[in-house]
Amino acid sequence: MYADWPLLSLVIWTPIIGGILVLFAGDKEPSGARKIALVVSIVTFLLSIPLYSQFNTDTHLVQFVERHSWIPAFNIEYFIGIDGISMPLILLTSFTTVIVVISAWEVIQYRASQYFAAFLIMEGFMIGTFSALDSILFYIFFEAMLIPMFLVIGIWGGANRIYATLKFFLYTFIGSVLMLVALIYMYNKSDGSFAIFDFHHLPLSMTEQILIFLAFLVAFAVKVPMWPVHTWLPDAHVEAPTGGSVILAAIMLKIGGYGFLRFSLPITPDASAELDWLIITMSLTAVVYIGFVALVQQDMKKLIAYSSIAHMGFVTLGFFIVFRIMDVDDAQGSALALEGGMVQMVSHGFISGAMFLCVGVMYDRMHSRQIADYGGVANTMPVFAAFMVFFAMANAGLPGTSGFVGEFMVILASFKASFWIAFLAALTLILGAAYTLWMVKRVVYGGIGNDNVKALTDINKREVLFLSLLAIAVLVLGLWPDPLVNVMHATIDNLLNHITLSKI
Amino acid sequence: MSDFIQPNLLPALPEMVMLAMTCLVLVVDLFLPQEKRGFTLLLSVLTLLLTVAAVVFVAPADSVSSFGDSFVLDQFAVTLKIAICLVSILVFIYSRDYLIDHDIYKGEYYVLGLFATLGMLIMTSAHSFLMIYLGLELLSLSLYAMIAFNRKSLIASESAMKYFVLGAMASGLLLYGISIFYGMTGTLNINQLATVVMAQSEQNPVALGFALTFIVVGLSFKLGAVPFHMWLPDIYQGSPTSVTLFIGTAPKIAGFAMAIRLLVDGLSELQVDWSQMLMVLAIASMALGNIIAIAQTNFKRMLAYSTISHVGFILLGILAGNANGYSSAMFYTLTYAITALVAFGILILLNRKGFEAENISDLSGLNHTNPWYAAMLAIAMFSMAGVPPTVGFYAKLTVLQSVISVDMVWLAVTAVLFSVIGLFYYLRIVKVMYFDESLEEQVTSIKQSLDVKVLLSVNGLSLIALGIFPSLLMAYCIQAFG
Repeated sequence: MYADWPLLSLVIWTPIIGGILVLFAGDKEPSGARKIALVVSIVTFLLSIPLYSQFNTDTHLVQFVERHSWIPAFNIEYFIGIDGISMPLILLTSFTTVIVVISAWEVIQYRASQYFAAFLIMEGFMIGTFSALDSILFYIFFEAMLIPMFLVIGIWGGANRIYATLKFFLYTFIGSVLMLVALIYMYNKSDGSFAIFDFHHLPLSMTEQILIFLAFLVAFAVKVPMWPVHTWLPDAHVEAPTGGSVILAAIMLKIGGYGFLRFSLPITPDASAELDWLIITMSLTAVVYIGFVALVQQDMKKLIAYSSIAHMGFVTLGFFIVFRIMDVDDAQGSALALEGGMVQMVSHGFISGAMFLCVGVMYDRMHSRQIADYGGVANTMPVFAAFMVFFAMANAGLPGTSGFVGEFMVILASFKASFWIAFLAALTLILGAAYTLWMVKRVVYGGIGNDNVKALTDINKREVLFLSLLAIAVLVLGLWPDPLVNVMHATIDNLLNHITLSKI
Repeated sequence: MSDFIQPNLLPALPEMVMLAMTCLVLVVDLFLPQEKRGFTLLLSVLTLLLTVAAVVFVAPADSVSSFGDSFVLDQFAVTLKIAICLVSILVFIYSRDYLIDHDIYKGEYYVLGLFATLGMLIMTSAHSFLMIYLGLELLSLSLYAMIAFNRKSLIASESAMKYFVLGAMASGLLLYGISIFYGMTGTLNINQLATVVMAQSEQNPVALGFALTFIVVGLSFKLGAVPFHMWLPDIYQGSPTSVTLFIGTAPKIAGFAMAIRLLVDGLSELQVDWSQMLMVLAIASMALGNIIAIAQTNFKRMLAYSTISHVGFILLGILAGNANGYSSAMFYTLTYAITALVAFGILILLNRKGFEAENISDLSGLNHTNPWYAAMLAIAMFSMAGVPPTVGFYAKLTVLQSVISVDMVWLAVTAVLFSVIGLFYYLRIVKVMYFDESLEEQVTSIKQSLDVKVLLSVNGLSLIALGIFPSLLMAYCIQAFG
């Protein structure tokens, strides 16, 4: 029944057009804008479900392809499609946006229509980024999503929001312009094609590969973000409103990881193999050093932001440890590493989103993010405390939650490459537990810290709703990751075959 | 020598229509009372529309020349003429309310504007040194007068004086270059020049290079490329905003046309030489324009420095030295003019009687009072910064592509790094409008006429529309150099 629908385009453009509608609905009747926003986000989510249910897991070829000539002068196409690595991320995006809309329901009163519109338009751009198979189309979506996020942080953010949002925009922009130059270079090299798959098969010399790899690295490392270009993230997270933090952590960071899989590895396999030490070092630094940095944070959002950087370190570690595994082991270990990285991305999407929402719930009541201002929240908010502890456990990588699966896969794969890399990576199990649970101990447990905590009211039905949805996702993915892992097998295997072939 | 031949007047029909109509406007305006001044505007817009119609009417399939090959009408000229006329129409309409509020709602504004436009039209078609110079001077003299138009304003008179002195000097440099070429080649005609230069380039490379330098310097003055940019910020700031709006848009297109006619049509044999000169000018313009713009508090002045940096980008396209590069530079110029129209248009909209909006702080909190116009200005700013999905991104993409295609990747990298610096001050405008509190006494509400609002909205949205469907305009730019 869906066969002849341009389903993917619908998933991209429904939220964008819906967002514009919300914008025109205006703020005269605030409940109007948010109702439209909720309907649009749910419709988008429903539209995205067939992308999963109709997905053919046996092939690595892209599916739901739509290909039209767009800018003939430069052979730029409206070329979209999905495969095993983009599809899960699209579902994550459409799911998270529903959560964000629900979470902002009563909380955002100031210019509510613009707020909801920004998130819907951003959703469309992000899904577009994941589905674009033409590199200029990818770039356009990649950059365009900065504009709504820039406004979200700047308008609804905290006290230091302007510094944070300018830093966010400038960091991301400087990374991506170099990527643009690399894309145009390959366009000239490939006799006039911007299609990403043509780039995959483009022969490139080692020098070219290394330069292109570095250009991509700057773009995606800023986005992930990897140490040492991570400093924008804590600022942006702390100042962003809750919804902004959720989208930033759950989706935008994933675009960096996705970029490595879509661009860096297949386009510059030789340079990736040559420079894998660089990425592995940066990833391990993120895991270990940033883990320690997270430990000393006083601000809950900052702590979770640093924990995001550490967790994303696992993703990049998984992607690039592959080259080490290939030297000593068969393809199975490599596939484990790549899939581990992917699972980690999806899982981190749920968990970090949930953690930021938990902080948001408390912030809405207390208007403070400082750990020191809390204490004994469990006494006054028992239901909330249960959720918070559950998500914290997931963040620490407790078996049975999704946080465990990805980390475990990556650590297991790393062992095949080198004991010491695996050892350093496994430190996260200790560090992660330390910084997360210590925060929970100080915030949730103990005696009631002060009068403000005493006056807290427990979460309402709306808050229970979005936290439960995320809790279910975390639990299902943790106990039964097969549905997620199965869809990416074919794509990952193909990717692994591809990167073993030299392009020189 | 051939006998006197009756020239084919048809290719010059648009210019003749315009001249006749402008004289008519001049006379009719004399007999109009002040309250009927709107009729002058109507007649001026009609003049421009008629000119556009005439251009479309005489547009040749390929190219025709007349007046002993000193006047040429080709795809390039046709596209630019239409663009110049349309931009001028918008300028005239946008500036009306400003002129009324500042008590300078006089017919001369339109007459001078029309003469300037006529000069620009001549520049796009000029195919001899003399014709180029005539067009340029007609444009410049009209602009000098337009700047000084508000007699009560001291700063405007100062600007006019400054522009006049520097402009005259630039014209002198240009003329000097032309005279050397004339001395060496014995011709003023662009076509013949190309062949003679080819023959001479072996024997007299130094003299040719010497003459070329003066031509390039003269051009840089007119375009506002660093280090010949000094006049630009002062003139932008000092002129009445309605005149800044004019200077900042249409003449850029004419300046680009002049550069193409001189360098590409006439001196393509010396491309190696002028490419290197333009490279230095382009890098310096992008660097200085973008960096100094950061320090500006005056919006007009900031846009002036922003123009300088955009000129750098246009030069990048030209110096690539092939059809691809020229058409991308043309696309860049045209879209820049459209974008600048929105930026200055919104600024004009904020002006009221007794209040001259020109500082960046005057924009603060615009999103609270006028979300729609804040969005339009934000689109213009993102477009100037080259952020997709606005047209500015596509313009930058085409220029970068042409630069990279001639193996100058490092130049492209330099350009994008400077555009990141540029991003900062564009973002600051967005920041001021969206994140800052509105100041009560400044932006209360915009009370301007409906036609301005509609046109400005269409103008603003066109930046997005062209960003999504750039082929609409790009096709003409490619055709012009096809």
